Amino acid sequence: MVDRPLRTAAITSKRWVGAAVARKEDQALLTGQARFIDDLSPIPGLRFAAILRSPHPHARIRRIDVAQARELPGVWSIVTGKDIADLIGPVPSVVKAPLAYYPIAIDKARYVGEPVAVAVAVTRYIAEDACDLIQVEYEVLPAVSNLQSASMGEGAVIHESVGSNVISRRSFSYGNPEAAFAVADRIFEFSYSFPRYSSTPIETLGVIAQFERAPDRYTVWSNFQGPFVVQPLMANALRVPGHRLRLITPPSSGGSFGIKQAALSYIVLMAAVSRNAGVPVKWIEDRAEHLTAASASSDRLGTVAAAFTKDGELTALRFKNTANMGAHIRPPEPASLYRMHAASNGCYKVKNISIDNELVVTNSTPVGLNRGYGGPQFYFALERIMEIAARGLAIDPAELRRRNFISAGVFPYKAPAGAVFDAGDYAAALSELLRIADYDELKRRRDEARRAGRLFGIGLAAGVEPSGSNMGYVSLAQTAEDRHRSGPKSGANASAILAIDPSGQVTLRLCSCPNGQGHATVAAQIVADALGLNPDDVDVITEVDTLTSAWSIASGNYSNRFAAIVVDAVAKCAEQVADKIKLLAADALNASPEEIELHEGYARVRGQSNRGLPFRRAAARAHWDPAGLPDNSSPGIHEAVIVSPRVLASSDDNDRIASAVTFGFVVDLAAIEIDRKTGAIRVDKYASVHDVGTQLNPKVVEGQVHGGFAHGFGAALFEELAYDQQGNFLSGTFADYLCPTAAEVPNIDIGHVETRSPLNALGAKGMGDGSSMLTPAAIANAVADALGRDDISLPLTLRRVWALANGRDPIAKASSSVSAIRSVASAGSGVLTGKGEVTLSAPVEEVWRRLLDPRELAAIIPGCRGLTQDGPDSYSAQVVIGVAGVRGTYQARIELRDKRQGRSLRLVGKASGGLGFGSGSGFVSLRPEAGGRTRLEYRYEADVGGKVATVGQRMLGSVMRYLIAQFFHSLERQIRPASRPGWRTWWSRLRDGGSGG
Amino acid sequence: MTTLHRAAGERFTLELTLNGRPRCGQAEPRMLLCDFLRHELQAFGVHVGCEHGVCGACTILVDGRAVRSCTQYASQADGAEIVTVEGLAQPGTLNEVQRAFAKHHALQCGFCTPGILCSVAHFLRETPHPDEQQIRDMLSGHICRCTGYASIVTAILEAATAMAKDA
Amino acid sequence: MKPVAFDYYRPQALSEAVALLSDMGDEATILAGGMTLGPMLNLRVARPRAVIDISRIPALKTISVQSNVVLTGAGVTQSDALRSEVIQREVPLLAMALPWVGHFQTRNRGTLGGSVAHADPSAEIPLALVTYGGAVVLQSRRGQRRVPAREFFLGALMTQRRSDEIIAALEWPRCAPNASHAFAEIAQRHGDFAIVAAACSLRLDTLDRVEELSLGVGGVEGRPIAVAVNSFLRRPAGEIAADLSEHAAANLTPMEDHSVSADYRTALTKVLVARAVSSALDVARQRRGHLQ
Repeated sequence: MVDRPLRTAAITSKRWVGAAVARKEDQALLTGQARFIDDLSPIPGLRFAAILRSPHPHARIRRIDVAQARELPGVWSIVTGKDIADLIGPVPSVVKAPLAYYPIAIDKARYVGEPVAVAVAVTRYIAEDACDLIQVEYEVLPAVSNLQSASMGEGAVIHESVGSNVISRRSFSYGNPEAAFAVADRIFEFSYSFPRYSSTPIETLGVIAQFERAPDRYTVWSNFQGPFVVQPLMANALRVPGHRLRLITPPSSGGSFGIKQAALSYIVLMAAVSRNAGVPVKWIEDRAEHLTAASASSDRLGTVAAAFTKDGELTALRFKNTANMGAHIRPPEPASLYRMHAASNGCYKVKNISIDNELVVTNSTPVGLNRGYGGPQFYFALERIMEIAARGLAIDPAELRRRNFISAGVFPYKAPAGAVFDAGDYAAALSELLRIADYDELKRRRDEARRAGRLFGIGLAAGVEPSGSNMGYVSLAQTAEDRHRSGPKSGANASAILAIDPSGQVTLRLCSCPNGQGHATVAAQIVADALGLNPDDVDVITEVDTLTSAWSIASGNYSNRFAAIVVDAVAKCAEQVADKIKLLAADALNASPEEIELHEGYARVRGQSNRGLPFRRAAARAHWDPAGLPDNSSPGIHEAVIVSPRVLASSDDNDRIASAVTFGFVVDLAAIEIDRKTGAIRVDKYASVHDVGTQLNPKVVEGQVHGGFAHGFGAALFEELAYDQQGNFLSGTFADYLCPTAAEVPNIDIGHVETRSPLNALGAKGMGDGSSMLTPAAIANAVADALGRDDISLPLTLRRVWALANGRDPIAKASSSVSAIRSVASAGSGVLTGKGEVTLSAPVEEVWRRLLDPRELAAIIPGCRGLTQDGPDSYSAQVVIGVAGVRGTYQARIELRDKRQGRSLRLVGKASGGLGFGSGSGFVSLRPEAGGRTRLEYRYEADVGGKVATVGQRMLGSVMRYLIAQFFHSLERQIRPASRPGWRTWWSRLRDGGSGG
Repeated sequence: MTTLHRAAGERFTLELTLNGRPRCGQAEPRMLLCDFLRHELQAFGVHVGCEHGVCGACTILVDGRAVRSCTQYASQADGAEIVTVEGLAQPGTLNEVQRAFAKHHALQCGFCTPGILCSVAHFLRETPHPDEQQIRDMLSGHICRCTGYASIVTAILEAATAMAKDA
Repeated sequence: MKPVAFDYYRPQALSEAVALLSDMGDEATILAGGMTLGPMLNLRVARPRAVIDISRIPALKTISVQSNVVLTGAGVTQSDALRSEVIQREVPLLAMALPWVGHFQTRNRGTLGGSVAHADPSAEIPLALVTYGGAVVLQSRRGQRRVPAREFFLGALMTQRRSDEIIAALEWPRCAPNASHAFAEIAQRHGDFAIVAAACSLRLDTLDRVEELSLGVGGVEGRPIAVAVNSFLRRPAGEIAADLSEHAAANLTPMEDHSVSADYRTALTKVLVARAVSSALDVARQRRGHLQ
């Protein structure tokens, strides 16, 4: 085996654009030479930060004692929210409600994982040690976890200044939906909930922040991905002018999918911490922090209704959306609810649409950008109702969609809510899909499977892919009057700077913040074509530095904007440079610029291969001989181009806006079979056809299609950031939050149709969200088809599908007769309940006496290290609980209530410690048994939060059961110390004797 | 007693072999091996993705075996033969697997890639003629959020075939 | 996500490890492969004062065949066990279970003893040990004791190991030459802890009746359970699979957590027991067909 270096573009090609060029990025990434945020130490003297976070979903911070933490050797500083409250203001939002978002809790924590204090130390290890030593006194408040009840106005108010957890409601109407519904032949309606999940980039967030004086300014390195529209907001929050917050992105970023937008919170926080602590600070988020508190897609409740004529013409749509913003509205939210708004007709020609939007806050992590951004939620509504309607109308779902598609001949097409679709041929794409999936054969196999009693289903989903967002669309969250007051917002600036240095080397500079999409490769292909070079000859710098880059508010990597807009800036900039080189070459070659062609590294007179000079020499003249340049040329070569598509105007007074520049098209088909006995879904076929306009690099396109599908597939089957009904977070590790692996993600068939976008120089459309928006709907449709039921919710875990397939409640609920410890109410309710009974070898009076004797109790409670009686029937205790090397000390308070002498009592208690906290109650009843023995029955209910709930959910029930068993074991031992039964026999008696308790 | 004892917080010099060269650096008993390799020995190709042994980004070769470096401690690695992504090919070159990854765009952000490449190095030594099922089984110890895995599987299959021919 | 500061001890011999543990008891924790302890340390749910690294004790890395048992040292890695011809031949059920344990990369480091010590209710190695009726060999300064696997596991994460004891070895009964084995499991993803797993070993007599049978189910209760199957002995093999699955489900009290309900665990128990028993029977019949 011979090791060889990588050459990006070893082949010569007439045109680089459109070729499957190997990526420029790969040599460094494949050899460990690429540099990510945690690899950087850009300034000396860095200290390391760790964040103490709230274990409670909702709690007032009464007091923070940092004395012990400060004394720990190696600790530089401990910074609380109050310490920096005067350095930061709230991060502004377009929502005009009086709720203030700070990146750290000042007086109240509103979600599990909200920062409460920051420890700065010489190592991250010591910073975490310091966090352990910070004592926070919380007043725990009731939490709002359920979106439904929050929307109904039930429960505690999270932001007192607003007075309600419903932050805003807006209603929109386009065309005449009321009339269309009134005369419809058929109306279909579907209510759903859509889960919260995250694309969890494998590199977490990272921030290096430095504050300097004279003038007061912040420099921050972060793997932030944009949108840079939040840079002015961050500067505003830090109370410095925009140019005094310098943001620098690292050379490489390990994925983002929107999530790293959330770095904005930590940029502001660490900047303020650096200022307060007086040192530059590095903070690298860990995975538990990331899953708990970085960001998420917005979970949503919705109802969609569709009006049809009897022959299947979709005449009106009605959407009711309730979007969970998390505990705060963090910019650019509530954009997730408005991203698809202007394209609410999907790919259909329906004219009448009504939309009711509701923004709700709950005690959960603030939501933000995530792959598909609003698309998965929207298409789950629209494409599920199309499938439901197809069944109701007895029209093939593919045919129903085809009948309603916007026709190929009508582009550019102005959608009812203002989006302008640039180009498309949806029917052709659907035909291609049905061809590559062999739809007729699949239907035949479905019939065959059904005759054999098997559960086989086919699901489709189709939609437009908005790309290159208009910076004005988010303001649809405001009324037209509010928009007038704050001034028009529009467009989507993108820049490219192309420079050629004195040795003739070409460097392109972008503000597109790639996180793995291959922007450098594709941009180099474009430049290489324009300048007659090889892409290897074009260096591309993608680090953004807000002091030196040509950035603007739309800069960054989101809404598929690279191929929709950025490439246009690159192409135009490259053309300008090409023109200049031609001018210089023409002068040197005594030809006219029109005669010059740039090809294979030379500037030549067209058709005369012996009349030319090397590209580098032609270019270098601009540096070495400025006085000798032709009159119409300028010295040096450093061209900057900034573009913004004209179509992206600001919104009109009727809430219409051209929300994005290009609208690609995606249509997916899923064929699945369900194993009725286990709930396992086998993907029989998954096919996906895309219209991305010109494919700038087919390999990059293919990679994006596969990746978008994998995210949609994960969301459909596995992924959920789950909270219990008390607001405790349950998905704190990658063993709890399940990303699909190579063993789960199936192979897919990909097809393309191409309608070029007229809105950029290359005919490309944005792409990347792709199937992440459609796959959840396509798979849900297939499962609905297989099961013949519509109440499908995600993720389609084994348990949920099994329940759906077997007529059980898909929301996990125990059959109480079987289970001793069960989570009542619903999946993820987090309440542990159990019951059991045990026979003790002493009469009732003795058992009663022992249970009420503090000294006896101290000996019986597992791990009790001292118990004091605080009053009649109230005790406090210190308890050490150790399970499998997990030892924690807990402070417990127990009260005895409802005492009925010798018969029954109720215990109510609370405990808290470093690893978590809990509250619960138990009911114990006694009755005499033959032989002077006592039959004791108990039942209990407990609610556990904090770290053990976040990372140990699977075990909690069993551990609880064990601890209770241990309690009674000790009680029996107290009773009969002389003839104490062997642990094993006693244990099995307890197990067999009780109903499992 | 031959028990090695290092007290909590004690700084000690750790010696091991990294990519064929003897190296040493400062560690304390609780330091994660990945942190030692990255911040003491500048092996920044070791990527840290979860620190609880699931995502696979930090996978390295220790004494020839692909293992997580986030659930081992520097203390455990005295004298170990460690290979990271930096040592999988001669500097400035790519090995067969790396080349196949580039050809098939089997990486996007590249953050999970070094760990996968280390796994593949060990895996192909044990399983020189893998089928797709075996590759997917081995890959299930890594999480990649960019590629959907298809191109990675293709690249490994192709590299295995090429290497088997070379051998 | 970094561990608390701990003292690190690396003994070279089991006696040294035992002495250290005897001195420190609950304050110390044993580190072998670190596949379970590592995450718990990094998450700071485990906060020991000292860590005793047993990964370089040669005696814990041996696999030896004794008269009627195979002894695997606690420090034998899962991948070494998987590669071991002795295990393949003498303890085939373990060989069948091991590919289900974690992933290629975790098996390279994770140990047999570590999995048993951690006692995850869904773990495959404890299930194999319980099904076989094997034992756990515990060493302390007081000496060695041998606890049958079916008694060793008490509940989720809880075992009979006392705080001064180290798991020195696992004892696996050598499998009868004509026994058949099968292992079946369902997890949400490949390599995850099982929701339910079933393991079966059996031997048929010449009349196609069940001569020996053991059946283990993991993931359903807080510990792996060997289902009592005496009533199935001597029954014609053809009819037992369905009955056994009902029998197992009826005799287990399933756990419930936020993502998996008790009724689902019961349903899976039936499916997996039927699968494991059927495939063990298939193997048995194939073997006999081979011999005849």
